[in-house]
Amino acid sequence: MLFRQAGIHHTDYASDRALFPVPADRIMIIGLLVLAVTAPLTTSSLTLSSYLLPWLVWTSATLGLNLILGWAGQFHFGYAAIMGIGAYASVHAARNGVPWEIAVALGGLTATVIGSTFAFAALRVKGLYLALSTLALQFVMDWVISHVPAISGGTQATLQAPPMKLLGQPVTSEIGFYYVALGWCLIVTLFMLNLRRTALGRALVAVREKDFAAAVIGVHSFRYKLVAFATSSFIGGVSGAILIFTFYRAVTPEQFAVNVSIELLAMVIVGGLGSIIGSYFGAAFILLMPGLMNSLIGWLASRAGAQLGVEALAHIPHAVYGALIIIFLLVEPMGLGKMYANLRNYLLVWPFGYARK
Amino acid sequence: MDWSLFAELALNGAMAGLMYSLVALGLVLIYKSSSVPNLAQGAMTMLGAYFVLEVGRHLHVPMWVAIPLAMLLMFGVGIGIERVALRRLAGRPIIMILMMTLGLDIFLRAIVLTVFGSSGRPMPIGIPDDPLFLGPILLNRSYAVGAAVALALWGLFVLFFRSRRGVVLRAISDDYTASWSVGISVERGVALSWAMSAAVATIAGVLWGSVQGVDQSLSMLLLKGITVAVLGGLDSIGGAILAGLLLGIFESVASGYLDKLVGGGSRDLVVAATLILTIMIRPHGLFGRHDIERI
Repeated sequence: MLFRQAGIHHTDYASDRALFPVPADRIMIIGLLVLAVTAPLTTSSLTLSSYLLPWLVWTSATLGLNLILGWAGQFHFGYAAIMGIGAYASVHAARNGVPWEIAVALGGLTATVIGSTFAFAALRVKGLYLALSTLALQFVMDWVISHVPAISGGTQATLQAPPMKLLGQPVTSEIGFYYVALGWCLIVTLFMLNLRRTALGRALVAVREKDFAAAVIGVHSFRYKLVAFATSSFIGGVSGAILIFTFYRAVTPEQFAVNVSIELLAMVIVGGLGSIIGSYFGAAFILLMPGLMNSLIGWLASRAGAQLGVEALAHIPHAVYGALIIIFLLVEPMGLGKMYANLRNYLLVWPFGYARK
Repeated sequence: MDWSLFAELALNGAMAGLMYSLVALGLVLIYKSSSVPNLAQGAMTMLGAYFVLEVGRHLHVPMWVAIPLAMLLMFGVGIGIERVALRRLAGRPIIMILMMTLGLDIFLRAIVLTVFGSSGRPMPIGIPDDPLFLGPILLNRSYAVGAAVALALWGLFVLFFRSRRGVVLRAISDDYTASWSVGISVERGVALSWAMSAAVATIAGVLWGSVQGVDQSLSMLLLKGITVAVLGGLDSIGGAILAGLLLGIFESVASGYLDKLVGGGSRDLVVAATLILTIMIRPHGLFGRHDIERI
């Protein structure tokens, strides 16, 4: 029905290997792109700047974490620290007069260099121990960022992000910020889509499945782990920088604390390990859920005539957030991306279910 | 170098470290039987402390009655967590299990704050505030009590693991498929270890609550508990005690001297650095089994 596969025969390799071999997918992607580009015209500026924009930036960060967690299968419990390094490096560069594009790239490169040190942990241990050592590295990074005045600008300090100029053009409006975020998110998505079918992506998957089996077939697992950490750190660093320049406009250490790392992990898990569309779903889910939950609970309480304290209202969204992680892991461990894939597979040959391969 | 300052830092650190061991003991109990690293141990510690206070308040019973009652409650909570959340994840990749315990951590912490409120409360267990004098050295009385309890618990567990049920748990931790095939109920054993760990978390919550008050910061003991557990070897009870001593001394002495250089707050840094170094140099810890894979 929606994704009709019947009657579509690929007669050459190029069409078979296209990014979206089913026309329905292509039509849907074009439709979504049109919606995304025209969003400033169709949505209110509040929706644009406080929902769509952070969603796009967090999605790019989630994709970056998914690269390391879902594709390369390496734990990273300190991804927020990587984003923070990118953010601080780019803000410092921009404050010192470096053009914006170069400042952001510098942020990404700094994150890559420091993030690759996380890879040295991955070269020695894996599994639980890698998770714990990256978690510890997150604490070390937090401490360094907030205790070194040259980075954070002193204790409890907030560093203002300088005005943004893209290719010499000042970007000041919400719409401009939105397009910058959209552009970055599209670049990352395209990269990840293509990663699946390149030698690099396949090598990463081989390392994930069994690293010594990968070594047997000639994949240098050390090198690919390093590449995975470096690439994902670059994506994280640039996403952190863009988050600061387009959304927060100022950078403080708390924006990249350990709970943000856990939130990012939750986005990947809820969205689905190794799923690109799932990263979009997961980021949206984790970002929008607290707000929705608050209004829902407020509404329910007013309907029931119950009085809820400010404290209860502040903590219930967290409880729901924790409960959702638990429920997802119990019900659908591969996340929203898998749910979407199930639905899509069902609809591919609907109503001829027996025709499925 | 000022030797009495050094001795004071080291002794107080050693006793505080033994109190970290209380948190680590819970982690080790669970890891030993089911290879689950329980990142919710901090939240369980906090929950236990709140349970003690609430039981004492609602039933109007003195502390020494409230603590065992709360431990019983937590015993049930531990069984419940294992039954509902962890049993279905057996055999799944470690990322799912880690995420599940993280989800539990977030959930338990938020539920506690929603139901009981987030304002800090004292934990009155009747330990006087004035320090203990040992020659020129001042010792913190709460730490001393905590250290004594930790050592007592260690002795208790050593005895327990020699009893029939303890041997069953050791068999499960050794090889659960083999235990299954000789008729040991692995599920029950794992549930028991979760329950014991929750009860130990209550004790840790009470003792730490008497030191720093009962509030959200109790769940921050997780990082220290994990560091101690990893340093001692994740499946070694004795290791947890010894590693607690070592980490406590190291943390107290190192931060005592470092704080002057960097302007305070270096405790967490020392702990995180210890964790990283342990994992890099000796991932199986002091007494852990050697089967942790090095690549």
